[in-house]
Parts: sequence; C-alpha cells; structure tokens
Amino acid sequence: MIATIKEIIGGAKSLLVGMSITAKYGMSKTVTAHYPFETLDITPNFRGHIDLVVNTKTGKHKCISCMMCQRTCPSGCIEIKAEKPEGAKKKQLVEYHLDFTKCSLCGNCVEVCPTKALEYSNEYNLVGTSRHDFHFELVERVVKRADAMGIVVVEEKAEEPKPEKAAAEAPVGDDNSE
Amino acid sequence: MIPHPDPTQETLVLNMGPQHPSTHGVLRVLLKMDGEYVIEAEPVLGYGHRMHEKMGEVRSHNGFYANVGRMDYGGALSFAHGHVLAVERLSDIQVPERAEYIRVITTELNRVASHLLWIGAFLLDLGAFTPILYSFDDREIALDLLEHVTGARITFSYFRVGGVCNDIDEQFIEGTKKFIKRMRERIPMFHKLVTGNIIFRKRVEGIGIIDRDMALRYGVTGPMIRGSGIPYDIRKVEPYSVYPEFDFDIPTYDEGDCMARHKVRMDEIEQSLRIIEQGLEKLPDGPVMMEKVPKKVKSGPGDTFMSVEAARGELCYYLATDGTDTPYRMKIRSPSYSNLSILKEVTSGILLSDLVAVMGSMDLVIPEIDR
Repeated sequence: MIATIKEIIGGAKSLLVGMSITAKYGMSKTVTAHYPFETLDITPNFRGHIDLVVNTKTGKHKCISCMMCQRTCPSGCIEIKAEKPEGAKKKQLVEYHLDFTKCSLCGNCVEVCPTKALEYSNEYNLVGTSRHDFHFELVERVVKRADAMGIVVVEEKAEEPKPEKAAAEAPVGDDNSE
Repeated sequence: MIPHPDPTQETLVLNMGPQHPSTHGVLRVLLKMDGEYVIEAEPVLGYGHRMHEKMGEVRSHNGFYANVGRMDYGGALSFAHGHVLAVERLSDIQVPERAEYIRVITTELNRVASHLLWIGAFLLDLGAFTPILYSFDDREIALDLLEHVTGARITFSYFRVGGVCNDIDEQFIEGTKKFIKRMRERIPMFHKLVTGNIIFRKRVEGIGIIDRDMALRYGVTGPMIRGSGIPYDIRKVEPYSVYPEFDFDIPTYDEGDCMARHKVRMDEIEQSLRIIEQGLEKLPDGPVMMEKVPKKVKSGPGDTFMSVEAARGELCYYLATDGTDTPYRMKIRSPSYSNLSILKEVTSGILLSDLVAVMGSMDLVIPEIDR
C-alpha cells in the first residue's frame, strides 16, 4: 500500500519535472527557421552537382577532354563529346552531359581530374517536373555562369595569343565575380 | 515461415508493415496473435534489397564510396571506415596519422548523431512526441558540423582509400568544442525528460529481456549486447585505427531490458564526446591524404576481414581480390541484421505494444538489413 502511494507520488513528480523542462524550452528562443521566409546559410563546402570551373581570366572551362571523369564514374552519369577540329593540336570539348538522376555524389570525378576543371556547385534547391530537368549540359552552363560572373570571354586566336589583352581584362572579371 | 492457419480460430495472423511507421522502413513483421498477445513474430525481409554486395563486386574500390552511406543512413561514416580500412589492409596502404584522427573524430560525431536519431525515433514509437524535437535540435548541429567538413549531411562519401578528401578547419574544431559543451548540458536534461519519466519507465522496464546466454547465442552486438551485461565493443576487444590511444569506457548494464539498452546508448553519447575531445586535443599536423594515391587501388590476390564498431554493433567487411582493382567477393556483416534475428524469441508471449518497444530499442536501420 505504502509502496503504491510512493510510486504514484514519484510518478507524478517525474511528470512535473518533464513538464517544467517543456515549459522552460517553450519560453526560450525558437530554434527552427520558417522556411520560405527565412533560409539558413549553406556552407560553401556543400557538394551539389558537378560543374566545370570557369577560368576567371578567359571565361572558359579548363577541360582538356581526357575522359578520366567519364571512365572513373561508378554510376556512368557523365557523357563527353570532344572533337578535333581541322588543323588544331588539341581535342576540344563540345558537350559535357551530366545525368544528375544517376549521380550519387561520390566525388571521384572531381578528384581524378588532372586539370582541376571540375567543382561542386552550391545549388541545393533543385526541383523539376520531369527527369529531363536533371540532365545538365555543363558547357552551356559555363557560358551562362561566365556571363553572370561578368567575365568577358576571350576568344582564342589561333597561333596568336594576346597576353596583354587577357591580363588587362582579368582584374575586371575578378572584381565582378567577387 | 508463415504461421499455420488455426482451425480453432483462437489466433489471428496480423501483418505489421511493410509500411508501418514503427518498423522504420520497409520491414514486414508477420505476427501470430492471441488477442493482444504475440505468440510468434516473424520478420520478412527483402523489400528494400539493392544488391550492395554485388555492386561491390562490379565496381572498383573507389566506386564503392557512395554505396556505404546508402546502407546505414544513421551512421554512414562507420560503414565507410570499415570499407576503407579493409581495402587499406588488403593493399598495404599506410594512412597519415592526421587522417586517422580525423576519421575517428568524424565517426564518433556521427555516432552521437545516430544515437540522437535513435532516441527520437524510439520515443516516437512509444508515443512520446516531444523528445524527438529536442534530440533533432542537437543532431542538426552535429550534421551541420559534418556538412561543413564533408559537404553532405547524411551520405557523406568522405573517407578515401589513403586518407580523407577534405581537411578539417578551425571552424569545425571550434564548433565541435561548443557542441561537446552543449551536449554535456543536454544529456542530464534528456535523463530528466525521458529516463525518469514514469510513463516511459512503465513502458520499457522489464520489457524484452535478453539475458547473456540468449545474446551470445544469436550473436547480437553493439548496445544490445552491452545492455545484457557483456562489455563487447570492437573498439576495445580488437582495436583498430587510432582507438588504442584514447581513454574511454564501455558502458554496460546487466538488466537486459529496453531500459538498459536506452541507458547504454545515453552513456555511449558521453563516451563518444570524450573520444572527440581527446582527438581534437591530440590532433597531429600533417597531410590528410597519402602521397601518390594510385588511381586504381590494386591489391594482390588475397582476402581480408575487417570489423569495426558501427553505431548499431559489429560491422564486418570480407574482401577477396584476384589482383585487379575490383573485389572478387565482398561480404558485409551488418549489425542490425543479426540483432533482428533475436526478435522471434524475445517477443513470444508479449503484448503487441511491447513488441513495438522491443523493436524500437533494437535501433533497426532497414536499408542496412536489406542491403
């Protein structure tokens, strides 16, 4: 009998202790963010889908079409088309097709790249109504991103590199990108 | 085995799952019931099978980084740790010391996050909604810290054969120190809010008792065997990585009921915090990746067996290679699978609501069972 009464009192006390904690936290500051109205800062290290690095001097990508990323990708989501134009010494990237629906973000492609031409984008708000919305054409994206960063694309003149022009325009591009 | 239909119609067969919320995924439990009492509970697996072992046999070692996180969404880094250690042992790769320290620090942080996830889910199973809000508040901080280093929140793909892919920075170290301080204040709060609560105690004390003998017979590991009074932890009995350099205890409780398992996990959070604290103090300088990492990690013909302590128990990788960069055979012994095998014996003759408590206290992660 006494044990039962003790248990009831002890139990009621434990509930009050729990309630007091709830009350204490109920009065304190809200810990959640009300999403569409406020957003949290995303760390710059966030790994979104891959993107080609924009060269801030020329406004172009650094890819040399060595196909290492395509070969190392365990999911087979990268497809590269490269051509060798008449008279040119090097292969040139024509299409860099990323099928993001297959990608599991292991990062092997970024690490294997010999010219560090790949980076992770910071896009986390990806949404689409069909799976084709997640097929990215990275060469097109480079043009758009260079435009958005305010970099003037330097056209390569065959056999006639102009270092003065590139050097003169580089600081402008750097300022705008930051 | 499907329970036989009962001609006397005294019993009924009930399907729990595969979409039941308290089965935490696509686990189906076939129950033979007498009223509200469970006579026999039979787990039916295979609804989420994705052939991870087979994938390991067609992908190179490097290609498997992304798979380990998909097996255990709660403690992905422990799974990655086991995999890279197995490959490194197989191909005699020496990892820089700093990388091993970073691996241990991040794995323990991930273990804390995993246990916090468990507390929330377990109490949600028991009908208590409040604690998950508190535990997810803390877990969010741990995941933010890990996201800052690894770039992802759940499926990290952070460990590489030969090191880790990113170095930790001052922001992570400061944030982790703050997190440790915060958690030390929050653990007593959890004990007040949850462990002492009379409703919780009535639901878990003396429920689902696993004695030492039964635990050994079924080969359960992790917090479940430690809740039955056996101090079995791979980090102590078969130390790997840099764990021998840390001072930590293995919490055990003799009762073997759901309450003991709850207490073990609460104490383990504290022990993990101790390991992280010591790791940050002792953290050596140097590179985080070995020099000259081969693009294809080739290893001579042979096999290896590596076991590590994941958040849910003993995790083993068996790798056999024939000299290429792809394993010939990969076998994974995941902890939840063995832990689940005890369900039939431990739940015969208990109430249906207690079965939910027992399954919750097992900390089942279904993708790891159906891998």
